[in-house]
Amino acid sequence: MSRRKMFLKMVTASLLRRRSRMLIALLSIAIGATILSGLVTIYYDVPRQMGAQFRGYGANMILVPSGEEKMTLEKARECLSVIPEDQLLGATPYRYANVEMTSRQRTFVAAATDFEQVQATSPYFAVEGRWPEGDREVLVGKETAETIGVKLNNVIELSYKPEDTYVKNTLNMTVVGILETGGDEEAYIFTTLKAMDALTGVSGQLDVMEMSVSAASEELENYVAEISEKNSDMSARLVKRVTKSETTVLAKLQSLVFLVTAVVLLLTMICVSTTMMAVVSERRKEIGLRKALGASDQSIRAEFLGEGMFLGLLGGILGTALGFAFAQVVSVNVFGSSITFQPLLLPITVIVSMGIAALSCLLPIRRAIEIDPALVLKGE
Amino acid sequence: MSLLELKNISKIYGELKALDNVNIKVEKGEWVAIMGPSGSGKSTMMNIIGCMDKPSLGEVLLDGVDISKESSKKLTEIRRDKIGLIFQQFHMVNYLTAVENVMVSQYYHSMPDEEEALEALGRVGLRERAKHLPSQLSGGEQQRVCVARALINAPELILADEPTGNLDEDNENIVLDLFRQLHREGTTLIVVTHDPEVAEIINENFQE
Ligand SMILES: Nc1ncnc2c1ncn2[C@@H]1O[C@H](COP(=O)(O)OP(=O)(O)O)[C@@H](O)[C@H]1O
Ligand SMILES: [Mg+2]
Repeated sequence: MSRRKMFLKMVTASLLRRRSRMLIALLSIAIGATILSGLVTIYYDVPRQMGAQFRGYGANMILVPSGEEKMTLEKARECLSVIPEDQLLGATPYRYANVEMTSRQRTFVAAATDFEQVQATSPYFAVEGRWPEGDREVLVGKETAETIGVKLNNVIELSYKPEDTYVKNTLNMTVVGILETGGDEEAYIFTTLKAMDALTGVSGQLDVMEMSVSAASEELENYVAEISEKNSDMSARLVKRVTKSETTVLAKLQSLVFLVTAVVLLLTMICVSTTMMAVVSERRKEIGLRKALGASDQSIRAEFLGEGMFLGLLGGILGTALGFAFAQVVSVNVFGSSITFQPLLLPITVIVSMGIAALSCLLPIRRAIEIDPALVLKGE
Repeated sequence: MSLLELKNISKIYGELKALDNVNIKVEKGEWVAIMGPSGSGKSTMMNIIGCMDKPSLGEVLLDGVDISKESSKKLTEIRRDKIGLIFQQFHMVNYLTAVENVMVSQYYHSMPDEEEALEALGRVGLRERAKHLPSQLSGGEQQRVCVARALINAPELILADEPTGNLDEDNENIVLDLFRQLHREGTTLIVVTHDPEVAEIINENFQE
C-alpha cells in the first residue's frame, strides 16, 4: 500500500468514525457553498434579466452621422453589425422634417420611422387607436392632436416644399392613432419612412437611429467605441439617463451579494472550526499516540487538512448543485425566466469551499500540534 | 560505546524531584528491567529515554548522541527511527483495524507495507485477527498488536512501560515470550515492571 493510499484510508476512516459531527460540518459547508454558487449565478444572470426589464424604458444607445451628411439605412445597419443579434432588441430609424398641415396653416415636426421597431425600442409608447399599417396612415402626438383638434380617423393634408423648387408635395393621411409618451414626442406627427420619402422627394436619408441593446454598461461602452472607430463618419452614443440607472442598481446588487456571501462563508467557517476543535479534543489521545509513533507536526497538519478539504470537496459539489437549483427557483419566480448552468461555477465553488474548510482547520490544527505525546500517554 | 547512557539525570517538577541524579548504562542487546514502587519516576525516565520529554539536568546519550538538548522536531525523528514504544494502556487508533494500526507506524517511519505488517501480526499470533477493530479484540490481543507495532520498523531500542500490568497471566506469558525472542535476536529492551516475577524472567535471560 502506498503512503497516499494509507493517508486516504486514515482520513476517510476518521471521518466515517465521527459521522454525525462530520455531517454537521459537511452540511454547513454545503450551505455556504449553496449560497455562494446560488448568489454568484443570480449575480451573473441578473444583469441580463434586469437589462431586459430596463429595456422597457426606451433606447439606451443612439447612432447619428458625425458630419453634415445624413446617413442611409444601409449605412446604419452596417454599423449595427458590431452588436450581436440576440442583444439588439430593436433599432429604430428616425427622419425628421418640418411639414405643413394645409388646413391649419401651421408647421409641425414630422417624424418618419419604422413602427414595428418603435414598439421594440420604446415599449412604453401608448397609442390610442392603433399603430399605422400603411404609408397613408399616421400617428399624431397627443399635444399636437389637442392643439389642432384632430380626432381618430380624421384625414389631414400634409405638405412639404423642397428647397430648390416652388412646387409643394402634398399627401392626404388618415390619423389612426393618438400617441401618448409623456415626452417631447407628443408634439410630433409620425409617418412611415416611405411616406416621408414621397413628401420630400428624397429617399433613404436618416437623422438618427435609436437602439435598445441588452448588455451591461461596460459592454455598451465597448460597442460604442467600436462603432465610432470603424466608421469615422458615424458617431454612436449612450443614452446616459437609462444606462446610469441600470449601472447603479447593479452596483448596489453587487455589494449586497458580496456582503451576504461573505457573512454566510464566515458563519460556515465558525461552524466548521468549532466542529474540528471538538474533534481535536476528542482525539487528544489518538493524536498523542500518533506523535509517539513518530508523526511529525507536518503529518498531523496534513491529516487534519486532508479531512477538512475532503469535507470541502464534498460540500462544494453538493453546494454547486443545490445553489443552481436555488438560483433557478429565484430566477423563475422573480424574473420569470430560467437560467443556464455555468460549468465554471463548479470548480470555483469547490475551490472556495475547500479553501474555507482549510482555513477553518488552522486553529484546530494548532491545538493538535500542541498536544504533548508524553502527557497524553501517561495515566489512565 | 553503550547504546544508551544516562549521566546524572534529574527531572524536577517544582518542589518534586521525580528523578534525582540517575546514572544508567545500557549496552546493545541487553534486556534491562527497571523496578520500583509507584511514583518512583519510572515513567518519567522512560519518557526521557523515549524522546518524549527532556531532563531538567544531565545528559542522555543515545547511540553516542546527546538527546537532552535536541529540538522536539529532532526528538520526533530520533524516536521514529530508533525507538519502539509499548505502553501499559494498549493505545490503538480505534477506527483502524489491527493491521492498519501496525501500518500507521510504518507510515510515519517510511512506507506502509501490508505484507510485512501481516507478518508482524503473525509473530504475535494474530494474523487471522488482522482485519478486526480494537473494539473486537481483547486487552491481551490489543497489547500484542501494540508489540507487533513496536517491532515493525526494527527499532534499535524497545521501551515497554509496564507492558504486562493490565494483562492476564496467559497474555502476560505470550508477551514475555515475545520479548525473550526479540532479546535472542539481538534487540535491546528496557522494560519497566513492578512485578518481581517479570524481573526474575528478565534476569534469567540476561544470565544466559
Ligand atoms: N508532568 C508532571 N508534572 C508534575 N509532576 C509529575 C509530572 N509527571 C510525573 N510527575 C510526578 O513525578 C513522580 C514520578 O511519576 P512517574 O514517573 O509517573 O512514576 P512511576 O511511573 O514510577 O509510577 C510522581 O510523583 C508524579 O506525580
Ligand atoms: Mg508509570
